[in-house]
Amino acid sequence: MADQAHAQRDGLAVDHHFENADQQYQSAKLGMWVFLGTEILFFGGLFVAYSVYRANHPEIFIFGHHFLDKNLGALNTVILICSSLTAAWAVRAAQLRQIGMLKLMILLTILCALGFMGVKSVEYNGKWKHGLLWAGQYDPHLEDHGETSHDIIGEEIAAEADAEIVTEEMVVEASPALPAADPDRSTIAPAAEGPAGLAVEDPAAAEDTGVEVEPANAQTYFSIYFLLTGLHGIHVLGGIGAFIWLLLCARRGDFDSGHFTRVDMVALYWHLVDLIWIYLFLLLYLI
Amino acid sequence: MAEATSAPGNDAIVDRTASDDNYLTHGKGILSWLFTLDHKRIGVMYLVAILSSFFLGGVFALVLRAELWTPGQTIMTADTYNKMFTLHGAVMIFLFIIPGIPATLGNFVLPLMLGAKDVALPRLNLASFWLWLTGAMVAVASIVIGAVDTGWTFYTPYSTTTTTAVTAMTLGAFILGFSSIFTGLNFIVTIHKMRPEGMTWFRMPLFLWGIYSTAIIQVLATPVLGITLLLLVAERTLGVGIFDPALGGDPVLYQHFFWFYSHPAVYIMILPAMAIMSELISVFSGKHIFGYKFIAWSSIAIALLSFLVWGHHMFTSGQSGLMNMIFSALTFSVAIPSAVKVFNWLATMYKGSIRLAAPMLYALSFLFLFAIGGLTGLFLGSLSTDIHLHDTYFVVAHFHYVMFGGTVIAFLGGIHYWWPKMFGRMYSERWAQLSAFLIFVGFNLTFFTQFVMGSHGMPRRYYNYLERFTAYHQASTVGSFVLALGFFIMAGYLLHSLVGGEKAPANPWGGATLEWETTSPPAYYNFKHEMRAGDPYDLDALRWDPSIKGYVRKDPASVLASGEGAAS
Repeated sequence: MADQAHAQRDGLAVDHHFENADQQYQSAKLGMWVFLGTEILFFGGLFVAYSVYRANHPEIFIFGHHFLDKNLGALNTVILICSSLTAAWAVRAAQLRQIGMLKLMILLTILCALGFMGVKSVEYNGKWKHGLLWAGQYDPHLEDHGETSHDIIGEEIAAEADAEIVTEEMVVEASPALPAADPDRSTIAPAAEGPAGLAVEDPAAAEDTGVEVEPANAQTYFSIYFLLTGLHGIHVLGGIGAFIWLLLCARRGDFDSGHFTRVDMVALYWHLVDLIWIYLFLLLYLI
Repeated sequence: MAEATSAPGNDAIVDRTASDDNYLTHGKGILSWLFTLDHKRIGVMYLVAILSSFFLGGVFALVLRAELWTPGQTIMTADTYNKMFTLHGAVMIFLFIIPGIPATLGNFVLPLMLGAKDVALPRLNLASFWLWLTGAMVAVASIVIGAVDTGWTFYTPYSTTTTTAVTAMTLGAFILGFSSIFTGLNFIVTIHKMRPEGMTWFRMPLFLWGIYSTAIIQVLATPVLGITLLLLVAERTLGVGIFDPALGGDPVLYQHFFWFYSHPAVYIMILPAMAIMSELISVFSGKHIFGYKFIAWSSIAIALLSFLVWGHHMFTSGQSGLMNMIFSALTFSVAIPSAVKVFNWLATMYKGSIRLAAPMLYALSFLFLFAIGGLTGLFLGSLSTDIHLHDTYFVVAHFHYVMFGGTVIAFLGGIHYWWPKMFGRMYSERWAQLSAFLIFVGFNLTFFTQFVMGSHGMPRRYYNYLERFTAYHQASTVGSFVLALGFFIMAGYLLHSLVGGEKAPANPWGGATLEWETTSPPAYYNFKHEMRAGDPYDLDALRWDPSIKGYVRKDPASVLASGEGAAS
């Protein structure tokens, strides 16, 4: 009884097992930070997979990243950073009991998140159309790239030469002495051996033809791309759900008393989702 | 995160002075258990669930041992045998021993030791139990829809190509992993934020240090298992190729990922056992724990070192010689904090007045078996001997000496120690001693023979074996059934104690930690007063009271919070 009376005096709901609202807030906050730590380790596995394959096969990543649209990636980065701002603003609004502003900021955050998923679906759709999928479904139809190159290929590549991106069939016909070495191409030779698995190295890829030839196991890049962005996308969807819940709480008047723990926790989560995307943008798009 | 007031558990403010009201009688019906936020009830539900898993895994083990009675087919086909050892491993590891001590005894005892009303995040605690239940159901469903024959480690590429129910089993383990993460997270927050007046970090009971170290590993390692198993599922369902050489992947990367979790995971299993040991040894030797700070720090040291040794599972997987050497050296270093603990326990017992009650019998068994288990680990950690012993029964025996002889034995010691507190009843001491004896003898007969077999070259997981191993296998099988008999006797007297046992006093053993200051079983709100913690091993502050057949504090006011009486 005393706990509840104390809680009402402060205008905050304190659970029975806490001494006061501050202890409860601090517990929730520590719990959230620990949870964010587990999230980083969760993604950490995929980042390790990325590092291992990139260290062993840089050519796969050089090749693959041309198929991501830097502009769309940058747009999504800006969208997410904006949403982090609105999320932080929402916390401030909750602390100052500006309920109208709180609702607006939550709404803007949700809209940004939906915008992010919209852009992401455009990108996924492009990959799907061209068969640039994870290894098991990898079936690129690059022959029609003349019509759709701007959708799928980084602009600077498309601007250079048509012959730069060629399919394996074309390599067989092409002379090995084509000029114009791609400045983006890594000068590091592909690993001759090592923990690359048992797959046979494609001799055409190992040979430095100066052409953006599809290297062996290029599909690994797209596997990692889809795993990382897919897992991140699931987290964005989770965030959207959490913000919708906050909006409902705000409409119900839960935050009228200046109780902002929930907003704070969801915003913390959202900042992490944002931060992970920034890494993904750097590691996948801007190689 | 945790501020709604309408949830069950808050609805009724209990009259804390009523002496006959306890957590077992507070609220009736199955739903009052399944949706409780009370850490004690969640702990008891975990206990029931986890012991059921232990029974299931034990049945698989007995079936295995029966099959190995003769070379070739005894009672089942080779395929069934492969499934049996996989299920034994997977059920015992993921359903029983990883959640085992933290989720049951940890949940029950940790808030009591802190003098708190509950863990910091009770809803998360319940969610963790439900996740465990969901994961367990998915795992059991996988047994029904075809079981798994990969071994509990799910090594690629076999696990990505076999037609057995690997996807369901790994999804189950994935969900169980989150249950474990949430339990660990909850304990970290609780220990950080809810310690009572007077309990500085170095006045915490060592049980809490052990559980805290465990929780650190749970939150840092388990997410990596989560993503690994998710990748395995993605590999099987989508074909992402990360672990598939045909698609450019690397199957050894799976082993790195898996052991990055699973080696720390064996410390998730053993650290809580060590945590129990520190309590048992001190209380039943009637002496203050020796080397408190060393035991506390060694828990943290083990937690940190546990992350640096995973490569010793891959000495024969094509790692470079340099990496093997580094991992071997780091593996040896784990022996240091482990030995620090063991020597401190021995020093605590030295010149103590040792009482051979059932919990202490298990503590002594632990010392004996864990010493063998730990030292044989050094054989496996050194490169040259490991090449010979790799994948033999020697590894199986080492693992069981540490995990069964260490963790399970300490778990049993802990159950016997806190049983009166949990259920308010004393069990039959004589039957308990018989059962402890049978378990000790049965265990050694089962697994010591496996050391011998393994060093003679008997490979693990084999269905068939050479004629000359028959005697060892039969001795081992006999031992396993002796072990099972010990457990059946235990189940008998523990269940009997619930209805026919003597009523337990608040403090039957003379422990000085706070959980003994409340009634047995504890009231719904744990304590009548706000508590203050003193030295958790100051056993001289207690005296035996023959009228209640229990211990009482010489100065009861010493554990009450300073403002008590005025506050709440």
